[in-house]
Amino acid sequence: MTAISSLAASNATAPRTSPMTRILLYAVIIALGIFFLAPLAIMIITSLRSTEDFRGGSIIAWPGSFSGYAWLKAWTTACIGTQCIGLKGYYLNSFLIVVPSAAISTALGAINGFALSKLKLPGGEFLLILIVFGVFIPYQAILIPAAQLLGKLGLLNTIWGLILVQSVYGIPICTLFFRNYYSSIPDELVRAATIDGAGFWSMFFYIILPLSPPIIAVTLIWQFTAIWNDFLFGVTFSSGSTQPVIVALNNLVNTTFGVKEYNVDMAGTIIAALPTLVIYVVAGKYFVRGLVVGSVKG
Amino acid sequence: MSARSQVTRWYQSIPAFIAVSPSLIAVGIFVYAFIIWTILISFSASKMVPDFTWVGFLNYWKLWQFGPWRLAVGNFVIFSVLYVGIGLALGLFLAILIDQRIRVESLFRTIFLYPIALSFVVTGVVWRWIMNPTIGFEKFVRDLGFPNFEFAWISDERFVVYALVAAALWQVSGFVMVLFLSALRGVDAEIIKAASLDGARPWRIYASIVIPSIWPVFLSAGAILIGMALKTFDLVIVMTQRGPGGSSEFPATFMYDMAFRRNQLGIGSASAVMILAAALIIVLPALLIGAPNRDRNK
Repeated sequence: MTAISSLAASNATAPRTSPMTRILLYAVIIALGIFFLAPLAIMIITSLRSTEDFRGGSIIAWPGSFSGYAWLKAWTTACIGTQCIGLKGYYLNSFLIVVPSAAISTALGAINGFALSKLKLPGGEFLLILIVFGVFIPYQAILIPAAQLLGKLGLLNTIWGLILVQSVYGIPICTLFFRNYYSSIPDELVRAATIDGAGFWSMFFYIILPLSPPIIAVTLIWQFTAIWNDFLFGVTFSSGSTQPVIVALNNLVNTTFGVKEYNVDMAGTIIAALPTLVIYVVAGKYFVRGLVVGSVKG
Repeated sequence: MSARSQVTRWYQSIPAFIAVSPSLIAVGIFVYAFIIWTILISFSASKMVPDFTWVGFLNYWKLWQFGPWRLAVGNFVIFSVLYVGIGLALGLFLAILIDQRIRVESLFRTIFLYPIALSFVVTGVVWRWIMNPTIGFEKFVRDLGFPNFEFAWISDERFVVYALVAAALWQVSGFVMVLFLSALRGVDAEIIKAASLDGARPWRIYASIVIPSIWPVFLSAGAILIGMALKTFDLVIVMTQRGPGGSSEFPATFMYDMAFRRNQLGIGSASAVMILAAALIIVLPALLIGAPNRDRNK
């Protein structure tokens, strides 16, 4: 995990360069910066235009006048399929799904990471590999039986169904996060506690957890972002009023009654992207630490 | 000698096994049993509902005879080659740029990386409208006074895959940059200094010292990118709806369509098994070979 601390600029290994090269360097990096920011700028500016402002024009333009209309409509009255109720209800769905799933998978990941890598359990290493291997599975390979099982349990098209699925498929990656982190905790700590006669749970709560806040933050942030941004499970296991906001956004964009309102699409897009963007800006350090390990996930 | 004191006591191991059992049961069912179930279904006559009449490789034979699946595999190959090739090149380029003791480095890092925090649905919506010829970039450039300018990849069967590659690259390049940057900064600064004193040009130092020493990153980053390409689903559904005319079909969208829209569970499962096999054969080995370097600083 400390690999990321080597991102610090003081570690730059680059050879020195001439002044001309440096001017060119800044020109290129600023141009690239503009390219990366452009879609976000287009989203924001378009969302602030009024619908009349588009007539015959491009979405890449400065607003004739600013208006909060698109934001209000995307939130309260935009049509998602046949329901013209805006994104707000689906937003709540996303929170109702994401918060418990992220918490449950993180808690289980912490327990697994500790039990299977810190304690020398018979077969512990094998069980750890068994769980962590789940990280590499493309979800297409489990999608059909998952839908069948949720259907049998009566959980298809419910918030509970998505909480179950997101929690379970979060276990492998969360376990991997905690295993990696705990491998840097000295074994002596656990050994000393064992000699003192500490039980499993007292070791977990009094020794391991107090050392864990950084990795808990990394894991929670990773899970929040991944589950919030999920589309595949949302679109497969939910419909109508139980959809998470990312799925509802896609339906909003594909629903047209009358004039196509790009400003409403863009406002909806920003609204849907806001929680993960805020996390990225506020807790970028933890997000990036999760990214390097978490990116292998199915 | 320490082995004796490391033996976990019964009052620790029993609660530990109890603590990990919910995860083991959940992963056992949702990952392993489900994969076996998918494989079984792929050899069965299942259509709308599971039907365990054994049909051998019939579904696989039908799958590979089927135009849309071949198209999906072809698109995946084109997409992967470009995604990995350009993604690695761009990521390395960004990392080297950032590594040149740039002022406000963290600001540029944040700008290059933020798209990875977005859902593919968000990326898909914004790029769908930017690339739309009648309201997007083409219209914008034409309005600037170039009435013959053309940029209609997204609505052209021949180029739609490139449109998807472009949007996906925008999302992922910053992430590849992070992988390369942490590797670049792990390179021994003394060697670079020595080469610099010997009068080696900067590009020469990169080409013959730095880049050869970080080769495992190419492997692991490439594996991650191919894994992402294999699972490409959200972006296609949102940006092109698998069109125009079904021309942007991908393995994951094909699988979803067969299993959940056309009630062809047998063929859908067969395609899911192919995706799983590709992940295990292509992605996993590259990840494992590339991994030691990424873990080096842990």
